[in-house]
Amino acid sequence: MSEPLLSVSGLRVSFPGAGWRARDHEVLHGVDLRIEAGRTHGLVGGSGSGKTTLGRAILGLVPVAGGTITFDGHPIHAVGGRRRRRLSRDIQVIFQDPFTSLNPSLTIGDTLAEPLLAQHRSAREARARVAALLDAVALPADAMGRLPREFSGGQRQRIAIARALAIGPRLIVCDEPVSALDLTTQRTVLDLLQEVQRTTGVAYLFVSHDLAVVRHVSDVVSVIRRGEIVESGPAAQVTERPQHPYTRRLLLSAPVADPAAQRVRREAYRREFAGTET
Amino acid sequence: MSESLQVLAEPGGATASSVPAVRRGVLRRLVRNPLGLVAAVVLLVVVGGAIAAPWLTTHAPEAADLRNAFGPAGPGHPLGLDSAGRDIWSRLLFGARNTLGGAVLALVVAMALGIPAGLVAGYAGRWFDAVASWVVNLLMALPAMIVLLAARAILGPTVWALMIILGVLAAPSFFRLVRGIVVNVRHELYVDSARVSGLPPWRIIGRHVLVVVRAPIIIQISLVAGVALGLQAGLEFIGVGSSSDLPTWGGMLNEGFQFVQRDRTLMLWPGLALGLTSAALVLLGAALRDVLEDRGTDPVVRRRDRAAQRAVAPAVLDGKAERSPLLSIRSLAVSYALPDGSQREVVHDVDLDVHPGEIVGLVGESGSGKTQTAFSALGILPYGGRVSRGSILVDGQEVVGLPTASWRRLRSQVVSYVPQEPMSNLDPSFTVGHQLVEPIRAATGASRAQARARALDLLRSVEIEDPERTFRAYPHEISGGMAQRVLLAGAMSCDPRLLIADEPTTALDVTVQAEVLEVLRRLQQERGLGVLLVTHSLGVVADLCDRVVVMQDGRIVESGPVDLVLTAPREPYTRRLLAAVLDEGPPPAVAAGRAGQGER
Repeated sequence: MSEPLLSVSGLRVSFPGAGWRARDHEVLHGVDLRIEAGRTHGLVGGSGSGKTTLGRAILGLVPVAGGTITFDGHPIHAVGGRRRRRLSRDIQVIFQDPFTSLNPSLTIGDTLAEPLLAQHRSAREARARVAALLDAVALPADAMGRLPREFSGGQRQRIAIARALAIGPRLIVCDEPVSALDLTTQRTVLDLLQEVQRTTGVAYLFVSHDLAVVRHVSDVVSVIRRGEIVESGPAAQVTERPQHPYTRRLLLSAPVADPAAQRVRREAYRREFAGTET
Repeated sequence: MSESLQVLAEPGGATASSVPAVRRGVLRRLVRNPLGLVAAVVLLVVVGGAIAAPWLTTHAPEAADLRNAFGPAGPGHPLGLDSAGRDIWSRLLFGARNTLGGAVLALVVAMALGIPAGLVAGYAGRWFDAVASWVVNLLMALPAMIVLLAARAILGPTVWALMIILGVLAAPSFFRLVRGIVVNVRHELYVDSARVSGLPPWRIIGRHVLVVVRAPIIIQISLVAGVALGLQAGLEFIGVGSSSDLPTWGGMLNEGFQFVQRDRTLMLWPGLALGLTSAALVLLGAALRDVLEDRGTDPVVRRRDRAAQRAVAPAVLDGKAERSPLLSIRSLAVSYALPDGSQREVVHDVDLDVHPGEIVGLVGESGSGKTQTAFSALGILPYGGRVSRGSILVDGQEVVGLPTASWRRLRSQVVSYVPQEPMSNLDPSFTVGHQLVEPIRAATGASRAQARARALDLLRSVEIEDPERTFRAYPHEISGGMAQRVLLAGAMSCDPRLLIADEPTTALDVTVQAEVLEVLRRLQQERGLGVLLVTHSLGVVADLCDRVVVMQDGRIVESGPVDLVLTAPREPYTRRLLAAVLDEGPPPAVAAGRAGQGER
């Protein structure tokens, strides 16, 4: 296997404990992860598992307590200031909540131009690029002058995707990008993400609590629980022949929309996990 | 809040954070606010008078004419002459320059110190925040008047220096305001996005943070200006300000006070000027707050519209199936009053039945009206919403237009509610036990010990392993899944026959969801409950429900037994929903096979 685009090894992240002289609270206990260029790496786990923190550590939004993060052969876990800002050309983000990830008082055009201006592109160049981006995510061109509140959740998530794509990154951290969306909207946004990957060759770290969504988009899936990766492998293997009991539990506890199949699944869940703790 | 309400709130939902959209109309709306208009006019007149003083007066403010001391009003002296024979009109206008100028100086100093420090402390935090907050606390502990008097003793009679010191003392009010807001904004996702976009910190502050603090700062300015004005005049009044030759309102008051026996009007004019200006500043502050922090004012409903809004059209009952004895909804329409007095219908013509011992799933996407329908059956539609048509029978009783007291009885005996967000529905300052015991006592009049025993039973019935410990715990000490069980226990406390659950597992992890659904299923079977389950998840419907009702845009598009609707949907919309399920793809046969694979 060639050198991965991003490799995380032995990553530990702690948050300061509440109160004076309180002990730090470690949320990631030595996590390893490899993301290949142009592929999608799914990261699935429950709330409090540390999946979002892992994404934020890669983005440089939380300090790293130990271990390394290497992007394209260069360590990035300890860079700050100007060098970190330069990395934004390569690593971008799509957040979960389409209602708070866009500044309500900036027009869509201003929001999309932000990363371009940060890279010192001219205003005219930025404008042309914003128009192309809106077209790429199938939003009308007149969206540029409008405010986020005029758009639905799915449309806002398209805007967030456009912003992430603005400077042609090689990796996008998608933190629960479709969890706040309706079922049908969720599907179209996932389709858009996959289409973008086909045309631009961008790699995704796809963080979600929903195994079904992760299975749908990922090439490789890692399952994280209480700050540790419990299972990792090709998507089909992890989601169809799970080895770790926690993965099996995730799989069996997700209800399917077919009553007969769900009865089978529920029975299987009861046989295996009745009375045990999550 | 339900999804459809957000949609409703959006057109008028201008908040402080969406300032540019608001700002376009700020002046116009301020003028439309009667208080704001009066206050703004008074301030404009005062400021205009101060600026135009040389042209509005015929005598210099210092020109004394001792022969005419206390002279009456007359040509050239519209307000008469003071104790030294100086023109009161002229002193009033020139005095405004000094008095207002002093207040502005204090204000500018306070803003120049407080706002940048607040921005940096709130955004960067760390040591600067610690140090700045310490200094601010120290400043706030200092009594302003005493510091000013001490400064006067050291610096001599120079009012401008005193105003600078006053500005320093007033800076904490700006610091704390700005820091508090910025700390909140810093955790917004759009600020994180800007950081990932590679924007340097100063540009993030300029683009994303300043916008949010702008409105509160404007309001704070008018309040601090009023305080500075009062303190400035107070200093002049007690004579510690400037020499008595320099005209100021406080100085004029002082002089009028000395000769109050001789001529009472000497106090009238400066007192009036001070009072009016201070009042105008306070009122302007209040009006600005109303305008800038307008969070969707209540719709103004004219009297003749109000009667029309209260009317409930009767249900159309012809040719519709027999009504269930537990919950039966016919021709339900829910409407919301819009700010312009008109109404918007968000639920149209919904028929729905829940029989005893039956679980009915109500599914739809956001804005489909499913939550509004459920809330109507609970009598808890949010403010502005009401049932505008149709009939709802709960336990055989018509509940449309039911008085509050009857609703309370119904909710404590027949129907219960399980909300979506378990954590926000538990009060963080009371123990779980307290929150279970109180409603039991209120509903049944049981003693404390009886209610406690009952609450522990309930906790056991929702499969909480250590009920005693959970009983004593505060909400922050239990997990989300545990909190939802506690709410389920609470809903069961009145032995209801009908349970209405609004997305009860949406906020939970999938593994926890499976457990809570299991508890819900067992409770339902043991007690023969009727359940109306509002959800967006077809998987939950397949797992739990007997019948399902599919809603779209406020209407029911399809309803029937779960086995039928989810496997052989008739309506294109239901098919589209099912096709969007990612799990096993659309063909149910494949889904069954794959599910079998998954368990191996």
